[in-house]
Amino acid sequence: MSKILDVRDLHVSFHTYSGEVKAVRGVSFDVEKGQTLAIVGESGCGKSVTSQAIMKLILTPPGEYKHGEVLYNGKDLVKMSEKEMEQIRGKEIAMIFQDPMTSLNPTMTVGKQIVEGIIKHQKLSKAEAKEKAIEMLKLVGIPSPESRFTQYPHQFSGGMRQRAMIAIALSCNPNVLIADEPTTALDVTIQAQIMDLMKDLQARLGTSIILITHDLGVVAETADRVVVMYAGKVVESGTINEIFAEPRHPYTWGLMNSMPKLNQDRSEELSPIPGAPPDLLAPPKGCAFAARCKYAMKICQEVDPELTEHSKDHRVACWLEHPMAEAYRKEVVEGRESV
Amino acid sequence: MARYILKRFSLMIVTLLVIITATFFLMHSLPGTPLKNEEKLSPELRAQILEQYGLDKPAYVQYFKFVGHLVQGDLGKSLNYDGREVTDMLMQGFGPSLLIGSQALLFGVLIGLILGVLAALKRNTWLDSLATGASIMGVSIPSFVLAALLAYFVGVKLGWLPATGYDTYSATIMPSFALSFAVIAQISRYVRTEMVEVLEQDYMRTAKAKGINRFAILVRHALRNALIPAITVMGPLAVNIITGSLVVEGIFAIPGMGKMFVESILNNDYTVIMGTTIFYSVLIVVTLFIVDLLYGIIDPRIRITGAKE
Amino acid sequence: MSTEKTYTPDLFEPIGQLDKRAEQLNRKQVGVWKDAWLRFKQNKGALLGLFLVLVIGLLAIFGPLINDYDWSSQNVTIKNQDTAVDGHYFGTDHAGRDLWQRVWYGAKVSLMIAFLAVFLDVIIGVTIGGISGYFGGRVDAVIQRFIEIIYSIPNLIIIILLIMLMEPGIWAIAISIAMTGWVPMSRIVRAQVLKLRSQEYVLAARTLGASHKRILLKHLIPNVIGPIIIAVTFSIPSAIFFEAFLSFIGLGLRPPEASLGVLISEGNGFMQLSPHNLIWPATVLSILMFAFNMIGDGLRDALDPRMKK
Repeated sequence: MSKILDVRDLHVSFHTYSGEVKAVRGVSFDVEKGQTLAIVGESGCGKSVTSQAIMKLILTPPGEYKHGEVLYNGKDLVKMSEKEMEQIRGKEIAMIFQDPMTSLNPTMTVGKQIVEGIIKHQKLSKAEAKEKAIEMLKLVGIPSPESRFTQYPHQFSGGMRQRAMIAIALSCNPNVLIADEPTTALDVTIQAQIMDLMKDLQARLGTSIILITHDLGVVAETADRVVVMYAGKVVESGTINEIFAEPRHPYTWGLMNSMPKLNQDRSEELSPIPGAPPDLLAPPKGCAFAARCKYAMKICQEVDPELTEHSKDHRVACWLEHPMAEAYRKEVVEGRESV
Repeated sequence: MARYILKRFSLMIVTLLVIITATFFLMHSLPGTPLKNEEKLSPELRAQILEQYGLDKPAYVQYFKFVGHLVQGDLGKSLNYDGREVTDMLMQGFGPSLLIGSQALLFGVLIGLILGVLAALKRNTWLDSLATGASIMGVSIPSFVLAALLAYFVGVKLGWLPATGYDTYSATIMPSFALSFAVIAQISRYVRTEMVEVLEQDYMRTAKAKGINRFAILVRHALRNALIPAITVMGPLAVNIITGSLVVEGIFAIPGMGKMFVESILNNDYTVIMGTTIFYSVLIVVTLFIVDLLYGIIDPRIRITGAKE
Repeated sequence: MSTEKTYTPDLFEPIGQLDKRAEQLNRKQVGVWKDAWLRFKQNKGALLGLFLVLVIGLLAIFGPLINDYDWSSQNVTIKNQDTAVDGHYFGTDHAGRDLWQRVWYGAKVSLMIAFLAVFLDVIIGVTIGGISGYFGGRVDAVIQRFIEIIYSIPNLIIIILLIMLMEPGIWAIAISIAMTGWVPMSRIVRAQVLKLRSQEYVLAARTLGASHKRILLKHLIPNVIGPIIIAVTFSIPSAIFFEAFLSFIGLGLRPPEASLGVLISEGNGFMQLSPHNLIWPATVLSILMFAFNMIGDGLRDALDPRMKK
């Protein structure tokens, strides 16, 4: 399969009055055609910034692209001008945002908001664009799309608004769809419907999806590959099976433990990861997770571990992977399994 | 919507009634009588004049008589200028005031809008500083100081424009400009704040993510949302212009309502004070009412939810 | 990759988890006030404002000690001098009085009136706003209707009508200004109280049996102090403006008393002969208004957590 999107060593910072916040500190991953890649991590780990950086939606200033490339079909988006980006946004790469309540313009009809992108990218007449927009509304499962077309966002329910957002995003048949926590703001039954809709549309249209989420349950159901981010870096990445069956980074273990399981004994408590992510104004010199890590070693505080290949697809950034820590790692893994 | 209008309208009527009543009784509790050269009048003559104006009756009788006449558009006669109808005086003064006020409003809103939008778009640049500076100057330099300085330097020293009077159109330029200064300040500041807020909204990012170009995003998504709330400044703006006109008209010797009002205060001309106060209040209350309605019509969130009720 | 480098085995000694705290922010907690001060300090305009207020404040107090004249002695042989000779730094006015003395004396009077008015503002505004917000329901509805009515009459008209009722003087001016100035103050307090009232910790305090008064004092007041400080800083220039305005149209202090408004009004009368009579007090007035507005802007940015970036 071919890589459609390849992010290489991306660094993004924000300049604030108290200094430079290094929100993304060297992130690399790639997305293959028709696949779903999930980026998971706690809030503030840089996953949203990464997703917006791909489409160059970060405002500069205060933001700044410090380093790295975002290759879309081999072309570097970071170097593109605003004019060139306009041809990419919406047409090649589209995005669904977290909060459908605030992500739609309150004073413009939903129909117009869909038509806008269609007219821009598909060179259709107004009437044709309207037809296409109504078709999209139907596609995402909005009943009586003709009358919904002329309504305003506040007349839509939360789930309906997110469907409308998806309609906007998919109206120009993008190759890549970035969904930034598309279901977080919705209630559980609607969440499932929206995820099903996205999977269904992906199967029909062959879109690649980057799914940003902190919900491992959603990841397990939809993703092909997973990238785990912590404090602006990738700490582990691999296929869905590798990550769920054989997670190797202590942070990923922590995420798994904090997720409720169906077969979980009631007496067993969920164990959230203690502590909080480091301040990205002044990231620690060693591993960013060291302070919260049960298995930290001396070296973790001194040197930041690099992302190393465990198997073909499975990469981990942890000192436990180092040959010199092999014995300790064994001990740790046995200890985990015996619990 | 209809119910909302009705509710809003009745509130307006109640407000006006309260204002009229309050003004009337306030005027009545003022010390002294409004008669010129009171000491020199013989008791008989004094009583005669009081009777002539109906001032010898109890306050509540005078009040009902006053309201009765008011409904018919009769505000009584001036106590100072013998026998002149207050309504006529108001009508005469309203023309010049309206011309100067609306010129100030138009010019001020236009410049203020441009400054405010540019400042928000070019946040934290020299343009933003310029707009902020201009708006702070507008707030800091009172219109009467500006008017006095303009009258002296542009009018007397340079002689470019007439310093006083209301004979030619050119005479209206300086007073309008003096009044517009505060309008520019208010509008640009408000529009900037609104615009900055709108630019940070999530839906702006959605629009950008669609690949719409910057200018179209600005016009279709940002401006519309920023300007809807800006309609609400119209009320305070009208107040601002009226306040300014009280002194600016005096400085430039414009025969408008503001000048008339100030003179009536200095002369204790109660009927004119009452008439003008009521006229100003009606103006403001009606402006606020219209602004509210406009807001409801332009903002679909209010228009449609209102219609559903 | 990293295996190419050599590490000593002791580096791989386990040390375990260091940060055992439950979910909490790692960033150093800076106090609200300290944080606000840090942000205020970054605002050059606000610092300039603070500096100017201090300079003018000091001059208003100590300026008159610098030369050998006083603010009311006349000397008709040196009328309307516009150059600084014999220690008349600002020259003399139409009655040969030292303008330096008069300007700083006037500035002191203007500032006194402004502080007095704002002090009354806060007392009335906090009381009414607090009652309205805390008790809500019918009390709130009545107060809000009342405020709506006051709001629809131009402030200046209320002030003018009130001042006509009283003997002219510092108190009369301050009271009239405060009678309209409390409205925005009460709105701020009401809004804050309403917001806080619905928050859980107040409910919790109530279930624990805390009295109304105790809740108000312990929980609500600390939270409204920020917005009140901001409103105060904006009320001061507005009070300075109204004082000057009233004196300008002849309703404030009367000459030979001096305030910035009186001086500007007198200066306006002698504009053609000697503009310095207007320019000096007008400059001091404008700088004062500018400075307070800058401080207000700076405080708003520093204390408003929404602007926190």
